[in-house]
Amino acid sequence: MAATHPAHPPGFAHQFETVEQQRDAGHLGMWIFLATEILFFGGMFTAYTVYRSLHLQEFIRGSHELLVKFGATNTAVLICSSLTMALAIRSAQTGKSRGTVISWLLLTWVLGAAFLAIKLRYEWYRDWVEGLIPGVSWMGGGGHTPGVKMFMCFYFFMTGLHALHMVAGLGILTVLVVMTARKRFSPNYYAPLEISGLYWHFVDIVWIFLFPLLYLIGGRYPGS
Amino acid sequence: MKVLLQPVIGILAMNVPFQPPAASTIAEGVDRLYLVLSGITVFFSVLIFSIIFVFMVKYRRRKEDEIPVATHTPLLVELAWTIIPSLICAVLFVWTAAIYVQNGRPPRSSIEVFVIGKQWMWHLQHPEGPREINELHVPVGVPIKLTMTSQDVIHDFYVPAFRVKKDVLPGRFTSLWFEATETGTYHLFCAQYCGTNHSEMIGWIYVMSSSDYANWLAGGEKSESLAQLGERLFSQYGCDNCHASESNARAPSLVGVYGRPQKFATGETRVVDESLIQQAILTPNSVRLPNYQPLMPTYQGQIDQEQMLELIAYIKSLGSEERKGQ
Amino acid sequence: MSTEAPAEPAVNYLNASYGIKSWLLTLDHKRIGLLYLATITLMFVVGGLAATLMRLHLVEPQGALFEPETYNKMFSSHGIIMVFFFLIPSIPATLGNFCIPLMIGARDVAFPRLNLMSWYLFVTGCAFVLYDTISGGVDTGWTFYPPYSSLYAQSHVVAAALGIFIAGFSSILTGLNFIVTIHKMRAPGMTWFRLPLFIWALYATSLIFVLGTPVIAVTVFLLGLERLLHVGIFDPAVGGDPLLFQHMFWFYSHPAVYIMILPGMGVISELITAFSRKKIFGYSFVAFSSLSIAVISFIVWGHHMFVTGQALYAGLVFSVLSFLVAIPSAVKVFNWTATLYRGSISYEAPMLYALGFIGLFTIGGLTGLFLASLATDVHLNGTYFIVAHFHYIMVGGAVMAYLGGIHFWWPKICGRLYPDMWARISAAIIFIGFNLTFFPQFMLGYLGMPRRYAVYAPEFQVLNVLSSAGASILGIGYVIPLVYLIWSMRYGPIAGPNPWKAKGLEWTIPSPPPTENFEEIPIVTEDAYNYPAIEPHAYPDSQGVASV
Repeated sequence: MAATHPAHPPGFAHQFETVEQQRDAGHLGMWIFLATEILFFGGMFTAYTVYRSLHLQEFIRGSHELLVKFGATNTAVLICSSLTMALAIRSAQTGKSRGTVISWLLLTWVLGAAFLAIKLRYEWYRDWVEGLIPGVSWMGGGGHTPGVKMFMCFYFFMTGLHALHMVAGLGILTVLVVMTARKRFSPNYYAPLEISGLYWHFVDIVWIFLFPLLYLIGGRYPGS
Repeated sequence: MKVLLQPVIGILAMNVPFQPPAASTIAEGVDRLYLVLSGITVFFSVLIFSIIFVFMVKYRRRKEDEIPVATHTPLLVELAWTIIPSLICAVLFVWTAAIYVQNGRPPRSSIEVFVIGKQWMWHLQHPEGPREINELHVPVGVPIKLTMTSQDVIHDFYVPAFRVKKDVLPGRFTSLWFEATETGTYHLFCAQYCGTNHSEMIGWIYVMSSSDYANWLAGGEKSESLAQLGERLFSQYGCDNCHASESNARAPSLVGVYGRPQKFATGETRVVDESLIQQAILTPNSVRLPNYQPLMPTYQGQIDQEQMLELIAYIKSLGSEERKGQ
Repeated sequence: MSTEAPAEPAVNYLNASYGIKSWLLTLDHKRIGLLYLATITLMFVVGGLAATLMRLHLVEPQGALFEPETYNKMFSSHGIIMVFFFLIPSIPATLGNFCIPLMIGARDVAFPRLNLMSWYLFVTGCAFVLYDTISGGVDTGWTFYPPYSSLYAQSHVVAAALGIFIAGFSSILTGLNFIVTIHKMRAPGMTWFRLPLFIWALYATSLIFVLGTPVIAVTVFLLGLERLLHVGIFDPAVGGDPLLFQHMFWFYSHPAVYIMILPGMGVISELITAFSRKKIFGYSFVAFSSLSIAVISFIVWGHHMFVTGQALYAGLVFSVLSFLVAIPSAVKVFNWTATLYRGSISYEAPMLYALGFIGLFTIGGLTGLFLASLATDVHLNGTYFIVAHFHYIMVGGAVMAYLGGIHFWWPKICGRLYPDMWARISAAIIFIGFNLTFFPQFMLGYLGMPRRYAVYAPEFQVLNVLSSAGASILGIGYVIPLVYLIWSMRYGPIAGPNPWKAKGLEWTIPSPPPTENFEEIPIVTEDAYNYPAIEPHAYPDSQGVASV
């Protein structure tokens, strides 16, 4: 093998014939993975939609238990993190210094962590204290009928799964930082950055759907 | 040894049944379709098997290095064996859909029997009052409509001799109808796996001549009809305090509501059926009328499934009285 | 390609490195294929034992062996293990893993590490399910319908659900790997329409893996949470909808049926051509019928729910869509049969399996019409007719194809031949045993015997005894190959690179193949199955020929 391909760039795997082939394969692989993810969240969204139509009033009531200001803050945080992720890839592509790439990546990491921190401290923790977590700490009182409980279930399933994806994303970012520091990337080879970027943007987009679906729609602003 | 010999003896004695008894108006149409489908299956299976067999013999390899004759793929052939199966399927679909649609509608003159499935028995309640467990007595030649619900898991009411089957679901009502054509005793099975003793959730349907049926009804213990029992519950739970026969400020009258479309506070319009009445009793606010306050408490956990059916029967009877009056 | 003096290559993927570690950490697609082979064989044995015990139990109407509770656990384990841990991974994960890179001219799959990870996920899933079986079992049936599974069952539902959830990710990653491999790793000249049909079939299968499996993952995830936390998602008493589970379950599990049968169809296309030395009849029709089956499979799930009280029009739509599946399936059967026409047919064991497949799949497919048809489905749904129908497809179809494929590629896998006479005998035994087991079940179903019954009405006994007798023959048929295949790994005669004189890139390299598969990546210049053939002199209508 080595004889037929004398000049291996770093990160080149033996099963491929050319670097382009490897990059294409990586991209296609990630897109297909994202298709799987769409179906995964799609199943959740379907179930949510069905129950929303079955218990419309109660889902609206449940939605009022959520705090829009933190949801909105988190939306902003995630959108910023997508920007910094894109900038990290851009700086690797244009051959900026490793320091630049690493700082954009770290900034993305910090924003992602901030999202999780806000979610944990100001939303889930509060829900726990107030007994709004079905099955874990649920205080039935306060007119919380089964439909409201169902809404909170979906809220936790969906945001929980999303948070799990965020945690995985933070792990990937950590690996990328280490790889960058070890000079694994160059303007010719930065496919892992690109592919991870796709994932990160996808996780953001899921949140862009979750935020209105859980926090905004359904009579929060009765005047309208 | 006896076990091993049994099939041989069985076949010799020809006591292997090939067809279940056909004892309802539905059975005949289903059996005819079944027969045609079997014919198609046998025809195509024999066709494929024999073509393969002929080719196997005719084109067997005679010399190790023989070279076969090339065959090209005429588009016509491909189209033919795409289109012909499509046509067969189309015809079958139209036929089966016709039978299905026809079998889906119970005749108006049906006698309504309530069915409750629970692990692992069937409760059946006649409108005249008699209750049965795992047995159902019905007259021959009269359409019977079963309104069914489950108290726990999903069951399925299956009478092979009538070729009818319908899931029995918790929290909602499904219905099934049949008109027996032959007197006799037929199996009742639960056909949806429902737990440990699923296979013992079985019973018998007794199809009787009308006079025998009348005797059977008369011979049982005298009991009130379902609607009468429901009326008693209606006042026992204090429903009549608010739901009086005239609408008032607190609650609408229930006279004549069954079977009519209603617009609710949520903005949706639904026809009042068994499921909706049950929903109104268990989660009243989800089906509140627009002009009323959410005053009604839930009766979740207070009313069991049998009482629920009695209340429903009562509310339905209010509807029919009013319509008779019109 | 000398076949005269076969000799094993000195260094191949089997002996390139030694030791447990070299297997457990291997990135070689061929070794990973063998790891899968070992795992699913174990699962097949466990699932098969459960089936054997069930059939024994059913020789007497009141049940010969167990309490109903135990019987329920038997059929649940049998279903869960056979569906999720044998049939779904069987052909794709073993033969697919082994063959795809060899057949498209690649050194490996696109993501070897991911491939190994899929196997570990699969083994983890197996471990959960085996633990579950040993620690007391699960009694919900493989369909896990709530509210029984979520609120009422006393058995270990969560461990089984978790096993399926984890194994699901193994499927997704395998499918992803295959799609990328088939798109990006083909050798120069290997165009889409030169691909062997086995590759087309696996491509269609992978699409279902990737698009269907996440939905079942979500579904069992919700079920697990419901069971652990009792939040009420599927509990009608608090506003949940148990039918939603069925919709979501069948949205995956109906396509999953095609995950099981499509690769089998691919294998059959390889076997029929190789043993009749003919080009496949209607290549593009066979290829596109695989894709159309995959697509249609996603919109027919409602035919599992005709008797749940679903809306009349929903029933009609699902019925007509279900009839549609029959058409591409019929096209395949006709094309396979026509391939034999004027061939040079020989009857080694793989061919016997292939012919058996066509026959049994034809019966299985046609009996599917009874179930797509609403009026008859109402009577047959939930009876032994269903059991018979899907066993004709899954065992008569998928397992026959799997065994045919194993026998076909076995010389490539381990470089040795098995005793063909024994293989033919076992193929015949399996065919006879299979029909004896499952044909009486069609009759039982029409007579009205519901499935999942631990005790049954006495008039069904004769047919049940016949079925049980067939099962014991079938069991023997399955044990024989296990014995001689293992024997041949060591003692079989050397096979040489191409014992069947078959076409295809995998037969151009030594058996067993070297680790890197191809010394030099081949350049493909011909269509698939380009067997030498004499042009007919006076073939009418040579204008109207379809390409290929």
